Amino acid sequence: METSFAPLAGEKIKIAARDLNFYYGSFHALKHIHLDIPERKVTAFIGPSGCGKSTLLRTFNRMFELYPEQRAEGLITLDGEDILKSKMDVSLIRAKIGMVFQKPTPFPMSIYDNVAFGVRLFERLPRIEMDERVEWALKKAALWNEVKDKLSQNGASLSGGQQQRLCIARGIAIKPEVLLLDEPCSALDPISTGKIEELIHELKNDYTVMIVTHNMQQAARCSDYTAYMYLGDLIEFGPTAELFMKPKKRDTEDYITGRFG
Amino acid sequence: MSSATTPMSAPLASIAASIDPRKLAQHRRRKATNALALTLALAAMSFGLFWLIWILVETVRLGIGGLTFTIFSEMTPPPQAETGGLANAIFGSMLMVLLATGVATPIGILAGIYLAEYGVKGWLGASTRFINDILLSAPSIVIGLFVYTLIVARFKSFSGYAGVVALALIVIPVVVRTTENMLRLIPNALREAAYALGTPKWKLILSITLKAARAGVVTGVLLALARIAGETAPLLFTALNNQFWNNDLSQPMASLPVTIFKFAMSPYENWKELAWAGVFLITMGVLALNILARVLFRNKN
Repeated sequence: METSFAPLAGEKIKIAARDLNFYYGSFHALKHIHLDIPERKVTAFIGPSGCGKSTLLRTFNRMFELYPEQRAEGLITLDGEDILKSKMDVSLIRAKIGMVFQKPTPFPMSIYDNVAFGVRLFERLPRIEMDERVEWALKKAALWNEVKDKLSQNGASLSGGQQQRLCIARGIAIKPEVLLLDEPCSALDPISTGKIEELIHELKNDYTVMIVTHNMQQAARCSDYTAYMYLGDLIEFGPTAELFMKPKKRDTEDYITGRFG
Repeated sequence: MSSATTPMSAPLASIAASIDPRKLAQHRRRKATNALALTLALAAMSFGLFWLIWILVETVRLGIGGLTFTIFSEMTPPPQAETGGLANAIFGSMLMVLLATGVATPIGILAGIYLAEYGVKGWLGASTRFINDILLSAPSIVIGLFVYTLIVARFKSFSGYAGVVALALIVIPVVVRTTENMLRLIPNALREAAYALGTPKWKLILSITLKAARAGVVTGVLLALARIAGETAPLLFTALNNQFWNNDLSQPMASLPVTIFKFAMSPYENWKELAWAGVFLITMGVLALNILARVLFRNKN
């Protein structure tokens, strides 16, 4: 199936996918994806369950490689460099492309160490600088005020929404260039969701953000560009306002108006 | 369903009357089945508890009488002696049990890590798991005989070392199994989250999955320790016994279970009394270890 693909005018391209195919064993989950992700913008992925949104996200940091029966073919570039075939250590790629998952996953350690964990993998910082980095990340994730007095408590002692923001803080503490958010609000209450959406707005000043969401209002609220996917195809991709107000494809219109999906 | 329209204030009888009689009969049958199953389960539980409590009561009743300070300060006495204790047996038991656990724990944890994190699918993982399961259920007397031919027969001497090896062989499969099971319980999402930060695998295992599973792993080690504390058969063929104080592991070594075995079988009153005191000590020790393991596991979950 042919996908609507147009170069984005006036945007610097951070990540590009060309003829990207993905397989779970023999199941063809992503079909010939052509896509350009603009730098320092929020790109949302919407579509019904099983359409390949999360799968696509997981190819960008090669997370699928943990499972031997999954494979990706084609080209994904980060700043023009092919990351699928890269000789570069996959850890370094993942350090540049951070990811936050659907369910909060605090590590079994203190709040402070949760945030410092990733930083310690790549940088040796003196105590004072590490303290600053942890504070910076927690402030960015809008969690600092709630945890500043209990940094030595276990991460699991926080509420679900706080845990998710802790995971976001952990992700940005290593200063990645790209942040992948895989339904980051699906397990959260509306107040926590609101906080995270505000945070996403802030984050695009420094990062290229991609977010998978089931919530179309969320995509409309917090993204600059939106991609609609269906059954492994990228159906339509464009500026969020355009895609929601006057979609070019009938399928997209049906989905966003709720006639389907 | 008519019950939905019944006013809230209606007496129960009229609600029952308004329910379809076929459903009511089915409901009564289910209630009867439930009561029967519950009775059987409770009966099974009280059957088990009955013997357990009897054992504990007898142990306390007969053991506590012989429990004096000399138990910990004096050596195992000759028959019909005036005084005597179990000091050498207690020391031998503790030394061999702790050494065996110390040797077996790292081996078991490393093997468990391999099975849970590396060899989940491959043939090596599958065969290791299978062999470990066999070792787990091997009778301890077989392990004792194995170590006898391997070490005792070769060096022509019973020794504490042989006892340590035999006990370690019992601990290893228990630790392997619990470590693997506890690591498998860690959700993959946690592993993915760590990989997403660029964590190398060894670091992930050391500081995240093993840490998340540590309460379970420690519990497994404690339960294995409790199990070997009472093992007699593997020590009969390996460490044998010693009526004197001995801290040289290359010599035969006394242990509580073997001493109990020897003393309880004897016709001498003072030996029998010491055997009961030993039984009391082991039972309390094992009980304490089990309680400690449970408390640890509950706190972390």
